[in-house]
Amino acid sequence: MAEADILSQIETAFPGKIQEQHSLHGNATIVIDRADALEVLGELRGNADFAFNLLIDLTAADFFGKEPRFEVVYHLHSLTHNHRIRVKIRLPEDEPQTPSISALWKSANWLEREVWDMFGISFSGHPDLRRILMYEEFRGHPLRKDYPVNKRQPLVEERDPITNPWSKG
Amino acid sequence: MAEAAAQLVAEHDPTSEIMTLQMGPSHPATHGTIKFTLTLDGERILNCETEIGYLHRGFEKMCEQRTWNHCVPYTDRLNYASPLINNVAFALTAEQLLDVEVPERCQYIRVIMSEISRITDHLTCLGMAATEAGAISVGFYMMESRETLYDLVSAVTGARLTVSYARVGGVTQDLPNDFATRVRTAFADMRRILDDCDKLLSKNRIFIDRMSGVGTISQEDAISYSLTGPLLRATGVSYDVRKAQPYLVYDRFDFDVPTGTQGDNYDRFSIRFEELKQSMHIIEQALNGIPNGPIRIDDPHITLPEKKDVYGNIEGLMNHFKLVIEGVKIPPGEAFGSVEGANGELSFYLVSDGSGRPYRVRVRGPSFFGMAAMGHMLQGHLISDIITTFGMINMIGGECDR
Repeated sequence: MAEADILSQIETAFPGKIQEQHSLHGNATIVIDRADALEVLGELRGNADFAFNLLIDLTAADFFGKEPRFEVVYHLHSLTHNHRIRVKIRLPEDEPQTPSISALWKSANWLEREVWDMFGISFSGHPDLRRILMYEEFRGHPLRKDYPVNKRQPLVEERDPITNPWSKG
Repeated sequence: MAEAAAQLVAEHDPTSEIMTLQMGPSHPATHGTIKFTLTLDGERILNCETEIGYLHRGFEKMCEQRTWNHCVPYTDRLNYASPLINNVAFALTAEQLLDVEVPERCQYIRVIMSEISRITDHLTCLGMAATEAGAISVGFYMMESRETLYDLVSAVTGARLTVSYARVGGVTQDLPNDFATRVRTAFADMRRILDDCDKLLSKNRIFIDRMSGVGTISQEDAISYSLTGPLLRATGVSYDVRKAQPYLVYDRFDFDVPTGTQGDNYDRFSIRFEELKQSMHIIEQALNGIPNGPIRIDDPHITLPEKKDVYGNIEGLMNHFKLVIEGVKIPPGEAFGSVEGANGELSFYLVSDGSGRPYRVRVRGPSFFGMAAMGHMLQGHLISDIITTFGMINMIGGECDR
């Protein structure tokens, strides 16, 4: 199916639920509200017309200084029809939370943990939302734009080998 | 007295208790820094918790601080067993944002180099897996074969591993003159070595017992865990990005996508083994069909000028300076580009704000998904099966932890 066809089909299947849609560089994109996330994504996966059964990627982006600040981005692929769609959910800065889709795709479990770890976006209904790449004691969420790139949080105190060498001789 | 002792032993029989065992993060048998928390009943695995992140270097955050082309060396360090595929994937996605297509010769070169990288990756994976299963000769044979390919890679790029070969809008340099001949010689050697390895393994009882029926995953679960590449194909799904969504000039070549039926380690091994031959076949076709012509886009906004212009006239010098210091100005937008990596689908999600630096770089490495599914694959298997399963997922820390 061509991108325009997918978009118009989705528009008819979910009347009033698609906030925005466009097709850029060969990627068809729809924007939905977080309240409809489970319903729309579940239908995209389950409905035989779409059959987006492979969750290729789940990630987020931080548009610091804009409102809504966060975007959670899902990339879906259909092994049956060989087509793709990008689904976005925009989240406000003061309440970065969206429903977890780990019940729909098992891979979403780790992917959502990573988004939580890196962006501090929480997923309601996630069975085990804890850090995955960073360590438990880490403070903050490194991929947020307001997290300083040079900030260091060592677990063991760092030693300057020049001013404090192991052997003084 | 003896009876009492026997009673005591029976009560404290270590095999009758559920035991928790920590494996890793640095374990000699897992070639990657990763920790498993195993719940064991004797030697049988009841539950396997996987912990990743030990190699996290903040790849995505680093990329946001650099110009687009500065990110290319970082991508080398994602899947360091096949760095050329990472380079190409990144450059392709950036070009998607620019809405440009590289010249035909460059596309052929990218295909050839990607396939060479796929072969080196598979040789590493299969050689190591065989070594860990006890067939150390196969490991040595495959490393020998990989070495000849690394020689080729270093003749083209100047480095064996940290190649940084692709650029937005092209590649750094053309193939050397005798490249086709050298590839053919290397492949003749490799086919002989692969035949030897095939004889040593494919009907080897010990090897089959270690691999067959181990680490099984059903097709439905494989899809739910978003597995791609050999892991998904082993369950019978014929999904290969090179066929499903052809990029570069892959649609011009004739090659097969091998699939399995059981979804076990033996299928994954056989698929990779067959893919070695398919990749060689693709490279030979590409070498026969490669056209002459430029290897990068001729656009001063994207690619660097010739060296003689940089040193010879002020326009060239300024062009060079602006591109190096400010970077390629990629118009605002977002793109999601996928290629078939050696272990599955490798995708980049790039967001540009038009400033010359990426606003957001996200890489979807196939290892991450394999590791997420590993606990599921191992349930009910033995401790020794961790090694073969881990080898067949071929987790590469750089790409899994980024």
